[in-house]
Amino acid sequence: MPRAVRSRLPVLQKAPTGISGFDDITGGGVPRGRPTLVCGSAGCGKSLFALEFLIRGATQFGENGVVMTFEETAEDIRKNVASLGFDVDQLIADKKLVIDFVKVDRNEIEENGEYDLEGLFIRLAHAIQTVGAKRVVLDTIETLFSGLSNQAILRSELRRLFGWLKEREMTTIITGERGDGQLTRQGLEEYVSDCVVLLDHRVVGQISTRRLRVVKYRGSTHGTNEYPFLIDEEGISVLPITSSGLDYEVSPERVTSGVEGVDQMLGGPGYYRGSTVLLTGTAGTGKSSMAAQLARSTCARGERCLYFSFEESPAQILRNMKSIGIDLAPFVRKNLLRFHTTRPTVHGLEMHLVRMHKLIAEFKPTVVMVDPISNMRAAGTLDESTNMLVRLVDFLRKSNILGFLISLSAQGKAIESTDEGLSSMVDTWLLLRDVESNGERNRLLYILKSRGMAHSNQVREFLITPGGIRLVDAYLGEAGVLTGSARLAQEAREAREAQLAAEEVERKRLALDHRRKSTEAQIEALRAAYHAELEEFERIAAGETERRQEAERIRQAMARSRRITGTPALNGRK
Amino acid sequence: MKKDSPRRKAAPKATAKRTTKSPEVPDDAWNLRLYVAGQTPKSLAAFSNLKRLCEEHLAGRYHIEVIDLLKHPELAQNDQIVALPTLVRKLPEPIKRIVGDLSKTERVIVGMDIAKLDAI
Repeated sequence: MPRAVRSRLPVLQKAPTGISGFDDITGGGVPRGRPTLVCGSAGCGKSLFALEFLIRGATQFGENGVVMTFEETAEDIRKNVASLGFDVDQLIADKKLVIDFVKVDRNEIEENGEYDLEGLFIRLAHAIQTVGAKRVVLDTIETLFSGLSNQAILRSELRRLFGWLKEREMTTIITGERGDGQLTRQGLEEYVSDCVVLLDHRVVGQISTRRLRVVKYRGSTHGTNEYPFLIDEEGISVLPITSSGLDYEVSPERVTSGVEGVDQMLGGPGYYRGSTVLLTGTAGTGKSSMAAQLARSTCARGERCLYFSFEESPAQILRNMKSIGIDLAPFVRKNLLRFHTTRPTVHGLEMHLVRMHKLIAEFKPTVVMVDPISNMRAAGTLDESTNMLVRLVDFLRKSNILGFLISLSAQGKAIESTDEGLSSMVDTWLLLRDVESNGERNRLLYILKSRGMAHSNQVREFLITPGGIRLVDAYLGEAGVLTGSARLAQEAREAREAQLAAEEVERKRLALDHRRKSTEAQIEALRAAYHAELEEFERIAAGETERRQEAERIRQAMARSRRITGTPALNGRK
Repeated sequence: MKKDSPRRKAAPKATAKRTTKSPEVPDDAWNLRLYVAGQTPKSLAAFSNLKRLCEEHLAGRYHIEVIDLLKHPELAQNDQIVALPTLVRKLPEPIKRIVGDLSKTERVIVGMDIAKLDAI
């Protein structure tokens, strides 16, 4: 925020109203020390707006206030704001607030000659002095015009009054009834030129919506849209759609989707924390089951999960999810999982949104589910429901809450689009669809987009089993993706083929074994023959040696016998 | 308008008590309150117009209380004073208010029901 830079420049000082949302639109509140005109038709909440400004000023910002009311008595005001939890009596007792009821009844007043409204100035000055007020509310000062007839005097006096308030640097809210063709009946906008806020209360299709628009804000930028607002037990809440901007923090942390297969398809760890996941699908494709699975894994981590259901009651969800093995009841008991179930048409979209805001702020979940977003349209127009959802998504992102939005896509429509036009808003978009083939419907899941993660481009078959959701690879056959029994047949065929192949290998292995054995037998036989020959050879060789030795022995024996009969020399001579 | 002194004129019409007790106003006398803010031309005009009128029509039976709101701002709320000057007829009831400098005497007479009284 360039606040520091701004404060050095002589820019318009603003006084926060404390009205949630309004200060966001106006960048800080109403112009400080100047009058602001709040106008609108009867029952649009302008008095309440003014009073809340005053009371919050006194209670939250240390600026005491004076309300000069021309229509309601002090007692009425006390009662009106008591229902919103403001204790006016205490504020009055603490000298923080003054209520001055100005009664101007034409029947009781006669005009005669020249007069001015000095009495009003004196009363106001006195009230301001009593509490040291910084804020003033003039609740429907136009009532003076019905009580007094001299328009010329009234107009000049009003002009003087606004100047007087400005001089005293009173942050003032003046309320005015909406007139024909102009903002107020008496053209007060002519006098109050600094800031004009228009409130409106419209009923469309029997559902009422209050709206607020900053018509003019001199010297300041402001949101120019019409912002829905509502009045509930905590006062006015304006719901700015654009005030949040896109400057929220993001988390690199990933959380599981609750389904292993989906995590795998998302590249491992699952969704980013604080991201927005959209799950679209036709009827009966298992959208709620996906949500339940996510709820279970969230609660199992000890985190909180808030489930907005616009179709089923909590008991129904619990029962149905139990049938697929997801028992959520323990988490509900541990207050980790909370269901909030309403019909979309119970109240307008704004009310839904604010209730969601409040519940989220109160329960502090890390995962919020909306099941389904597609029938929010029943509570308004398509545009309005888109607006509302965009704001919801913004809010969830800002709060770093994982938003899991379920949308029912109508049969026969382009499946890759949502009526709500949310597709560009979400971070991860899962699509569930069913394929009809071979007389059966089977579910397929794929990821249309997932920002910031490497995700699978595959179509997986999505099975809802008694043990929860399971993803299996879809088979791509000649006729396209095979699912269901076609996939089973394919699986069986492949199993059979695999078995045959295994058998073939075994057979070959056995044959080889045989071959090895026969080879070994042959080797053995050859070796035996060789041994036999070797033995034979050795035997012969041994016999030959023996024979030679015998011969030598005989020769020596003969020689010896010859020497006995004659000398060898004689023998030679002969 | 008669030229007689107001006191004498009132005497035959009303009770003797009222005439005689001119400084101490009787219980059923006219109780008039004039709210002003300082000595402005308008407030001075209003006072003199009122005084003259009362002397003419209500001599001895009226009591005028002038309240300067600059001095007593807290009194403005009680009588629901918005415009100044304001004349409030506290008595006789019902309470009536006239705002302005009372320059249109005829209308003051009608507005305050003085004419009715005169007719008695």
